Formats: sequence, C-alpha cells, structure tokens
Amino acid sequence: MSRLIKVDGLAADHWTRLEKPVDGKTVEVPEGNVIVPLSVWLAQRDRLEARDDIGVWFDSDEEPEALGIDCRRFPVIAVNFPKFTDGRGYSIGRLLRERYGFRHELRAVGDVLLDQLFYMKRCGFDAFVLREDKDINKAAKCLEFFSEAYQAAVDQTAPLFRRRERTVTEEAGEVAFA
Amino acid sequence: MYVYDEYDRKILNDRVKQFRDQTQRYLAGELSEEEFLPLRLQNGLYVQRLAPMFRICVPYGMLRSEQLRRLARITRDYDKGYAHFTTRQNIQLNWPKLEEVPDILAELAEVEMHANQTSGNCIRNTTTDQFAGVNADEVVDPRPYCEIIRQWSTYHPEFAFLPRKFKIAVNAAPGSDRAAIQVHDIGLEIVRNDLGELGFRVYAGGGLGRTPMVGPVIREFLPELDLLTYLEAMVRVYNRYGRRDNKFKARIKILVKALTPEVYAEKVEAEWAHIKGSPTRLTPEAIERVKAYFNEPNYQTLDDEPAELVEPRNGSRPFANWLKRNVKPHKKAGYAVVTLTLKETGVPPGDVYDWQLEKIADLADEFSFSEIRVTHEQNVVLADVRQKDLYRLWEMLKTAGFATPNLGLLTDIICCPGGDYCALANAKSIPVAEAIQRRFDDLDYLYDLGDIDLNISGCMNACGHHHVGNIGVLGVDKKGEEYYQVSLGGSSQRDATIGQILGPSFARDQMADVIDKIVKLYVETRTAEERFIDTFRRIGIQPFKERVYEPAH
Repeated sequence: MSRLIKVDGLAADHWTRLEKPVDGKTVEVPEGNVIVPLSVWLAQRDRLEARDDIGVWFDSDEEPEALGIDCRRFPVIAVNFPKFTDGRGYSIGRLLRERYGFRHELRAVGDVLLDQLFYMKRCGFDAFVLREDKDINKAAKCLEFFSEAYQAAVDQTAPLFRRRERTVTEEAGEVAFA
Repeated sequence: MYVYDEYDRKILNDRVKQFRDQTQRYLAGELSEEEFLPLRLQNGLYVQRLAPMFRICVPYGMLRSEQLRRLARITRDYDKGYAHFTTRQNIQLNWPKLEEVPDILAELAEVEMHANQTSGNCIRNTTTDQFAGVNADEVVDPRPYCEIIRQWSTYHPEFAFLPRKFKIAVNAAPGSDRAAIQVHDIGLEIVRNDLGELGFRVYAGGGLGRTPMVGPVIREFLPELDLLTYLEAMVRVYNRYGRRDNKFKARIKILVKALTPEVYAEKVEAEWAHIKGSPTRLTPEAIERVKAYFNEPNYQTLDDEPAELVEPRNGSRPFANWLKRNVKPHKKAGYAVVTLTLKETGVPPGDVYDWQLEKIADLADEFSFSEIRVTHEQNVVLADVRQKDLYRLWEMLKTAGFATPNLGLLTDIICCPGGDYCALANAKSIPVAEAIQRRFDDLDYLYDLGDIDLNISGCMNACGHHHVGNIGVLGVDKKGEEYYQVSLGGSSQRDATIGQILGPSFARDQMADVIDKIVKLYVETRTAEERFIDTFRRIGIQPFKERVYEPAH
C-alpha cells in the first residue's frame, strides 16, 4: 500500500526512487517514473534530459545550488531525511521553493514521522512518504497542528507582524498592502 | 510588558493541544523514547536522575505577579512546593509527573506562559539585561527586540532540528554587559551608527561548555529593520553547515572557528543578500507595535534621596549595606532598582518555595508595578521601587529571606542543580556552594573582598557558567569519585574572558580551603581599590598556583 500523503489526503504513488549508486558505479536508470539521486542526474544528464518521467532526490548534505533554477524542470523532487533529527532538509525545501522557484511536487522521504509534518509543510513540502510504522490516518491532524504561525515561510509568505499591521491599519479605516 | 493578542493565544493553545497529543501517543507506545525525546525537550521536559525536570520559559526574564502566583500554585499542585530559578532566566520544576505535564502547560497558557524551546536543538529563550528599560546607561530598551526575536524563533519551521542548541542574547547598555552576549551563539549589541541610526553589532560563535569561546564580531552594524532577515541567514548557514556527526562539535562556535569568522560572515552575507528584501524584513510599524507594550509605567515625579531613605540609612548599618550591594540607580529620579537575593546560606542557589513566589508577587504589586525580572545570576529584581519605599521594602524582604546583602559578592554564587538533581552532572554542586557560603559568613570580610563572581557547574555543560566566573568551579569525575577543578580569571562582562585552569582538581571537602587560599592571596597582593579580577590580570595565575598547591607545613 502506498505510504504517500499529500496535503489534501492519501495518494497513490506513481514514482519509484532509485538508491544512490555504490561509490564510482554507474547505474542504469530504468524506464518509467523514477526519482534518481542528484549525483546520477548530474552524471547522466545528457542521457536523461530528454525524458519527462525523471525526478531527482537530494540527500540532506546535498545542496539545492547544484541545480539552481534548473530544478523547475522536474515534475517531482524528493528530499531525504536520513534521521528525523537532521534538520537540513527543511532548509533545502525552502531554498528550492523560495529561491529557485520550484513549483511541482516536493516530497519528504526517509525518516519521515508524524510530528515533523507540519514544519515540513511550512518549508514547502506537499508530499510525504511516511515511515512504515507510523499511522497514516493521523497524518492529516499532524499537518494541521497549528492554525497560525509567526514566521513567513512557503505556505504563508507574510510573517504575522505584517498581517497584524494590516489588521490594525484596516481597523483604522485605511487600505494597506495593495 | 508584552501582552498576548488573539494570535499569540491561538498559537499557544494549539501548542498545548499538540503536546497533549504527543504525550498520549508516547504513553500509548506509538512514539518511541527516541522519537519523543526532541518533542519533550522542545517543551522543556528532561528526564532526570530522580524525576522529570520541567523548565518553564520566562521570556527575557520578565514576569507579572499573576504569573508568579500561578507558578506558586503549580509547584503546590504538581510538584513539591518549590521551584528553581535557572542561569538562563527560566524556572524549573524538579518533580513533575510526565503524564501531568500537559495539564501544567494548560495552566501556564492561561497566564500566557509556556515551556517553548527551553531545551532541545532549537533556538532557546532570548535573554537580555535584567535592568533593561530602567537603566540610565542604555541606547534603547532591548526588550521589544527580544520579543520580536521570541516571536520569530517560536516554532520556526526551518530551525526546529538544528545541529545543537542555539542561544541568542541582547545587550543595549554601552557601559556594561549583564547579558554576557559574547558567550552566546549569537550576541546582539544595540548601537547607533555615526548617522545616529539604530542597529546591531552582531557577534557569533561564542559559548561555554566543553570548548569555551568568546564570540567574534560578524558584522559591525546591522540596520534595525534587517534584524530578522539577518538572523535567518545566520541560523540557516549554521543549520546547513554545522557539524552533525559529533554532538560535542556541533555548536555554531565550532563552525565559526573552522570556517574562520571572516568566511562564516561571508557565507551569511551571501545568504542574506537573497533574503534581505523578503517579507521577513521588519517594518517600523511592527517595531512600534511591540515597543508600545514596553512604554514606561506610570512614574511619579519624585526627587532623589528623600528623607524616608536618608534617615534610616544614616541610622542602620545593615540597611545601608543592603542599599550599597542590592540596590542600583534607576533612570528616573526618586526610583531605585532592587535585587532580591536568593542566596541565603543553606538554600540551594536559585531555589524558592511556593510561599516565597507569592510573597514576591505581593511585593511586586505593592512596590513595582506588578512586574518582576529574573536574572541569570539566579536572583529576582523589582525594577521600579520608589526610594521612599526602600526601607519598608527592606524590612519585608528580611522577613522573607530575600535581603541577604551579598549581591555580586563571593557568596552570591551562580550554581547549577548539579548531581543532586541532574542526570548529566559529574558531581554535586550545591554542597560546594553551601560549604563556601558557610566559610565566608562574615559580611564585613565579604564587603572588603568586594566584587567576585564565583560560578559552579557540575559538569562540562557549564550551566553554572564556571568558565566566566572570576573563580570557576567545575565538577569532574575521577575514577568514579567527585572532584572539582578550579579556574581563575573568567569574566562574562564587556571584557569577556575564559578562565584559566589552576591545576589538578580537589576533593569536595578541600574546596572551602582552596577558595580561602585564593582569596587570601588576593587580599595580600591587591592594590587599593583593585578588584579580584584586576589583581588576577596583573599578577597572573602562577602566584595562585604556588599558594594553593604549596606543601602543607
């Protein structure tokens, strides 16, 4: 059964993820929808470029700068959380969305648990492959733990202080933030 | 003081529900120990030697009297009737039950309190000068900026799983640094540039712990409105490049040192260039909104040195002593800043009973606009006391045990909970503090010794800030025995310095003697008006070594 959750509910997973090759080995990228390691994309770009069924995945120590705005071509990008306590993936998510303009599916993979889903969503993830032992039915609740947030992030681009300002100004009968 | 609006309340109530849900899933076995660990730590909950320890947040040290009363009630209903003021301006309970913590959080939320990010590898409580807003020597009141940082850092989605804990401190007093900003992950000093514009001098990579370091300046002047975008850039660079392979090398100080401060600063500037114009950039209106909460209270027009102060001061030496040590000048004529010392001999430094919390609340209501500040030296401050009320207040403080006139003296010891409570400790710290307080019980002698910071930590984690004590004591484990290493010459002030280790460590029952020898050498060697730290800087560590380790005759 699929362990894929999207922000609007459970979803079928049409993608397979290719593991990182053992040092120095070249891997054969299979046919069909496949998410390849960043290193494989960079190494085999000439061969893979023509395909529209290729996604890439970043490990937590890899840098979105390696793709830059070129990331926009992929229908899906995955970010691996090798341990749920490794917080680098949150920065990767925001950079892909906010700096490089990635608009398609951004999925969290690896050690993805329930209590981190809300933060992942705020950092731009809209798909999550929940770890096997976690109750997928509790994901929806965990994605919505908070109804408000102080900071600007991908899901809410105005920090609370700007929205408060607007409320205050509107109450004063003025129009702010055209 | 800041008061919650509907947004703050909504966010905090959501948090209470979230932690209740997490605790239930943990108790039901759906969350493993390892998975629950960072969740409970980010809610201030440690599992300790004897019971969980629960650290309640006191944002930048500010409390209202109603909050103190609620804390007192919580210590009675959920704990053993006392609490502990920590060295980070927070409050700890030592005996709560894990399954009751969600209820405690709900009770705290009713008075706008919480345990957010008081532990864990996230951005911790931002701290500042306990005399903020009442200090005449201040560029501006730093508390609105602390509140702005509090909001930005609370549940920051990108920075909940940093390589290690992360502490920010703010100072706005040109002549002093009571917030010890140079031993923080980020230190912010509020300054004005040549054009008179407000901004921050930014330090990074200071810290205590295993590898103590004084933080270098990363940026000389950061304009006021750029505060949050720059912090975001600084923490992002740390989140991405800080070490995660070794817990002992994971603090930002290691990254800053490895990269060099210049290269770290370049990376931050490059990151910041992308986001400095983002919506996270502060607006003058947003700053004004927060500043409005910290407007001056309703001060009366009064004169300094009223008869109600001068007469008893001339008549009572104990009162005069207390004024000299525990009372500081206020920016407003006719007012004074009073520190209540929680360092009575025989009571663990920072510990307060429930009735004392309520007493402090009553005193705050009567004498100081219902507000209280907690200091990182584990004392409590009433910041707005009328000078004509000082004598009456002193009488009441004596009865409650808060008038020990030892502020800043040798017996005003900063001390972590140590091996009596803490699972991380190598050695007990409280009995050492007590032995030293008992040895130095002559106030005249203490006054003669003058300002000496004595800081005790039960382990490398340095919660007792031993590295920056003029005299520092560190608990170490020597083949299963508790020993104590002494360092000298540390300072957390503007001249921040890490102390130098004196030599081989001592058994607990030697400690009072060792301190005695150090102090005696100082008394013999000092020039007139020379503080301990100045004498140490003049003569160095060698004479102290010789004195302490000379064979007994």
